[in-house]
Amino acid sequence: MVKSAIAKTLKEALQLLNKDEYKILAGGTDLLIQNRNHTSLPIAFKGNVLYISHIEELNYVKADKDNVHIGATTTLEQILENDKTPKLLKETIIEMASPAIRHTATLAGNIGNASPAGDSLVTLYLLDTMLKIQSLNKERMIRLQDFILGVRRIALEKNEMITEIIIPKHNFTKAYFKKVGPRLSDAISKLSFAGAVEIKDNIIKDIRITFGAVFMIVVRSQENEAKMIGRSVNAVKAEIDEIISDYEPLIKPINDQRSNIEYRKTVARNLLRDFIEQL
Amino acid sequence: MAKIDFILNGEKISLDTNPSRRLLDVLRDDFDLTGPKEGCGEGECGACAVLMNHEIVNSCSVPLANCIGKEITTIEGFMKTKRYEVIKESFAEEGAVQCGFCTPGMVIASESLLNKNPHPSDEEIKIGLSGNLCRCTGYNMIVKAVKKAAKDGDGLW
Repeated sequence: MVKSAIAKTLKEALQLLNKDEYKILAGGTDLLIQNRNHTSLPIAFKGNVLYISHIEELNYVKADKDNVHIGATTTLEQILENDKTPKLLKETIIEMASPAIRHTATLAGNIGNASPAGDSLVTLYLLDTMLKIQSLNKERMIRLQDFILGVRRIALEKNEMITEIIIPKHNFTKAYFKKVGPRLSDAISKLSFAGAVEIKDNIIKDIRITFGAVFMIVVRSQENEAKMIGRSVNAVKAEIDEIISDYEPLIKPINDQRSNIEYRKTVARNLLRDFIEQL
Repeated sequence: MAKIDFILNGEKISLDTNPSRRLLDVLRDDFDLTGPKEGCGEGECGACAVLMNHEIVNSCSVPLANCIGKEITTIEGFMKTKRYEVIKESFAEEGAVQCGFCTPGMVIASESLLNKNPHPSDEEIKIGLSGNLCRCTGYNMIVKAVKKAAKDGDGLW
């Protein structure tokens, strides 16, 4: 018999998680659809559900010298409206879902859902995001790229929950997020791209490139990025074809109802070319 | 079963029911509020939209558990306000209603937008209404109607 629990404090939630296995639900905009039932019937959750949206102590956006800290129950719209939120993340969030969904959906939920097409993930990987994971008696930090193991698989124990998202501050010269989808809102990406660069005296001090929905997880290659760091913008632009072929083997999309392999590979290549050409 | 206390169209409600019911079903089945409609049941069409603490949400994607302590306003509740009168007039004048199925959701979206941004640009109106689908009008009349409501209702928002 599935049960549901409503936690009002973090301590309550962690105590409950320590006793039983629960699906953690904040906004529920993914989970309600994934467990959809016939009209008028309760949501068909396959196991216990822990409702955490009422945990006020996890609703915050704070900034210190080096990082921005976002609590797990902060909604996408709250993050979007907060002036401490990094610009690139704001530009990503506004392309996500719709105002209605953003009013209840959470960033932590988008991470926990670990969809290969997850929009926030493309930007969060680029920003070297960390997560704070808590259980009743333990607290640990993990890199986002280590937390997401595959399609909808995350490195979370039964008694744990994400409590905070930590995003290092950056000073990019130029950064953007591009989403390719059939509609201006409420669209699951066919593919997505984020690029950021820091240029000083015509030298690339830092460059980051990520792709979404072209593999099981976000594609990022710090090896390929390292090849461009420390070099002049013109030198890198001259090697554009080589850079694109360095990324080709990493871009391995599938055919699905939203798009096909050929389209995704072609557009990914074009987005990368565009980014490098306009450095 | 859980005790769910919230405010619905200005009235204090206390329910003892399954917290894992969708807000949409509670509104339509328990309270006969059929303004919000199940257009898709997936959070993509906005026909089920209501205001939660004065912000638009898709009631098909909100579990009742999350409504505790919140103020829920459906189109039926919003219809009693002066702001609604202005929106209604503008929608009528600009031809923003054909079959009317999307209209409750569109009105809710308009209110959610204007409440935060009393004088939105066309671009901002399109973003504000981006979660609401209309199969009849082609949208431009609806955008014009919201623009007109913002102008005619100057001071209300």
